[in-house]
Amino acid sequence: MVTAAKNGAALTLSGVHKNFGGIRALSDVSITVPEGRIVGVIGPNGAGKTTLFNVITGAFHADSGSIVTAEQIITRWPPHRIARAGIARTFQNIRLFSSMTVWEHLLVAQPRQGASLRNLMPIRWANPEAARRAEDALSFFGLEPYRTAIARTLPYGIQRKVEMARALTSDPKLLLLDEPVAGMNYDEAEDLRALLVGLNQRGLSILLIEHDMTFVMSLCHEIYVLDFGAVIAEGSPNKVRNDPVVLDAYLGAEGAC
Amino acid sequence: MLLQQLVNGLTLGAVYTLIALAFSLVMGILSVLNLAIGELFMLGGYIGFAVIAMHFPLPVALAAGMAGAAILSVVIQKVAYEPLRDAPLVTPMLSTLGFSIILQNVVTNVWGSDPLQLPSEMFDNRVALGSVDIGVMQLVVVGATVALVAIVAYIVQQTSVGRALRAVAESREVARLLGVSVNRVTLVAFLISGLLAGAAGVLISLHYAAITPYIGVDIGLKAIAVMVIGGTTRVFGALIAGPLIGIVEVFTIAYGGSQIRDLVVYGLMILILLLRPQGLLGGSRQDVGPRV
Amino acid sequence: MMSTYYAGLLADIGILLIGTLSVYVILATGQLSLGNAGFMGIGSYIASFLTVEWHWPLTVALVISALAASMIGIIVGFPALRLKGIYLAIATLGFGEMVRSFFLNFDRMGGSSGYHGMQHISLAYIWLWAAGIFLIVTILERSQLWLELRAVHDDETAAGLVGLNTTHIKVGAFGFGAAIAAIAGGLFAHHYVYIEPGNFGFERSIDFVLAVILGGSTVGAGAVVGAGLLILLPEWLRFLADWRLAAFGVLLILVLLLRRQGILDRPLLAKLTFRSGAW
Repeated sequence: MVTAAKNGAALTLSGVHKNFGGIRALSDVSITVPEGRIVGVIGPNGAGKTTLFNVITGAFHADSGSIVTAEQIITRWPPHRIARAGIARTFQNIRLFSSMTVWEHLLVAQPRQGASLRNLMPIRWANPEAARRAEDALSFFGLEPYRTAIARTLPYGIQRKVEMARALTSDPKLLLLDEPVAGMNYDEAEDLRALLVGLNQRGLSILLIEHDMTFVMSLCHEIYVLDFGAVIAEGSPNKVRNDPVVLDAYLGAEGAC
Repeated sequence: MLLQQLVNGLTLGAVYTLIALAFSLVMGILSVLNLAIGELFMLGGYIGFAVIAMHFPLPVALAAGMAGAAILSVVIQKVAYEPLRDAPLVTPMLSTLGFSIILQNVVTNVWGSDPLQLPSEMFDNRVALGSVDIGVMQLVVVGATVALVAIVAYIVQQTSVGRALRAVAESREVARLLGVSVNRVTLVAFLISGLLAGAAGVLISLHYAAITPYIGVDIGLKAIAVMVIGGTTRVFGALIAGPLIGIVEVFTIAYGGSQIRDLVVYGLMILILLLRPQGLLGGSRQDVGPRV
Repeated sequence: MMSTYYAGLLADIGILLIGTLSVYVILATGQLSLGNAGFMGIGSYIASFLTVEWHWPLTVALVISALAASMIGIIVGFPALRLKGIYLAIATLGFGEMVRSFFLNFDRMGGSSGYHGMQHISLAYIWLWAAGIFLIVTILERSQLWLELRAVHDDETAAGLVGLNTTHIKVGAFGFGAAIAAIAGGLFAHHYVYIEPGNFGFERSIDFVLAVILGGSTVGAGAVVGAGLLILLPEWLRFLADWRLAAFGVLLILVLLLRRQGILDRPLLAKLTFRSGAW
């Protein structure tokens, strides 16, 4: 039986398995995100990275193994409880709410004020703190010009920011990012890196999946390498970079990177 | 008496089968509830009546009723469905409702709101089989239904048109990638759907020797239940579910009082939806239904 | 003094408006109900029973019937979670028909011959309720809860993953919608002072849906437009005599083709009320 996480871990996966109709998507995966650290997960396409996020956030449940955050075992919790326990995520293919403006995205995920009547009243006067937090997120991400725009109609880079801003308004302790720099040019990626470093310095732990090696190597404190659903290597960027097993997996699978 | 009820239930069930298939062709493939099908059925009946009244034989009446309903079904596809196919599912459903309102009104104005009746001797030949007294028209209804279902099943399962239909039912995107013309397939689905509804109209109205502009309302709703019970993706499902509901209904009327039958039919439908959404005969459980 | 003709139309609009709102709040979560006439019937029969047999004041009877209907709405809402899209719609259709059929067999309340003995209510009373419910919905539309409803409507999976309890939201919407429909039913019974099961059939349910979609399903004010149109349009088309229903059908199709989002939507409403989109 798994007891609560070691102190100082924002997230601990121990021996997580996930099968899809006989196909092994995750096999005995153990990953730890220490509090206040940035951890990267890399691996060839189809290595199970997005499945990993789906299992952590409760979109699917793990077949076996345990997932612990903030000393709570969340392995079988429904998604909304996991999110409320402090784990927020973004999606590889951005998932914004089609009818909502940028401003509304920054309100919708904020934690409710209990079961109070305030949730039924116009936000503007019943819950000014929520509006203020949304305002903060708006300016933090430089989204003021797009406040009233329907988020889905904005350029791709802006949509990514909206999605990340939405995730942050839920006041997470751990942020999961699924390929955050996909489709971004160098400057945009640099901006995002600075932003993530800033958030991390404020105490946010981050777990990210990324294909862009320069980005991962320069940002992450620790890296896990996933191949065929299993962790084949872990350690500092330097250690992973020079691990022959990793080179083999990558060169064998894609021949690039 | 028992056997007699069975035969009557079978006749009613045959008509349910045809209309349920008309629903499921559009619904199973496009996830759209065509609310005008009840009125296509009614229109087919009136056309059949008119042709018989001109002293043409029954096959001509059947063909005319089917053709009339099919043409209108295609018009509905072009006007009410095609322009709205990217809209939420409720929108094309309501535009077909618009057609149902128009059809009912036009038929009422052309033929009157009172029931039309055929001279009773016209299709009143009966055959005695032991204690059971079967109208010739009942045999025609059941026979024609079986033939039509067989033809539809053949088309859906054996022909290239059928493969295209099933491909679109599976996934619009995949079908498009496979080079299937989704537009043409949709048209074919509406066409066959109209043919079946029209046939059902001619058959039932000649069987009862009477018709009103409102005949499609009740039977149409009931046919939705039959479609669900049979499964929306299986042609033969309706062939079982139709007679099943027809017989249940006739028996509840005969033995339990007529009022309770809707409770039974719709209750069964909801149970099937919750427990076996693929229908009585359906195969694997699919993840049913895109969003409204 | 208002003529009885217009008073009658206004009463119809008020009752239809409430019924329309009952579908609107359920549709706000992306669930289409084709069975709200069933909830209306439940409210109608309970309220009538309480006022006629137990001589309760109507307002109390309405509140009780709304609570009872919302319980049933919640009970219906849970199994409905298993169904999506058109299959959910068909299941609710079946529910509505079952309720109608139940009252047809419920001889204690008249069965197929209907029920009467209710006191006639004033037009003002109907509109007090209609305006009150409309106001509540309008306030709700600006709340945190409503944003959550819309999130479930737009992308249920993502809504769950950002921390929203989609089960509570979807079932709650059914309960709330059922309560509103029940009020419409109670008012209907005490306006017409006679009810029969046929009043609460599929056609009534579809009227509600029609009014929501015609008026615009993304804003509560659309329900007002839709309910008004649905009652007044056939009246305005009276000059066409026998053909007015056909003309109504044509207009319905035209509106859907030209403005599939309904007559009102968020941008248009914002323009009409001189509000910028920011709120």
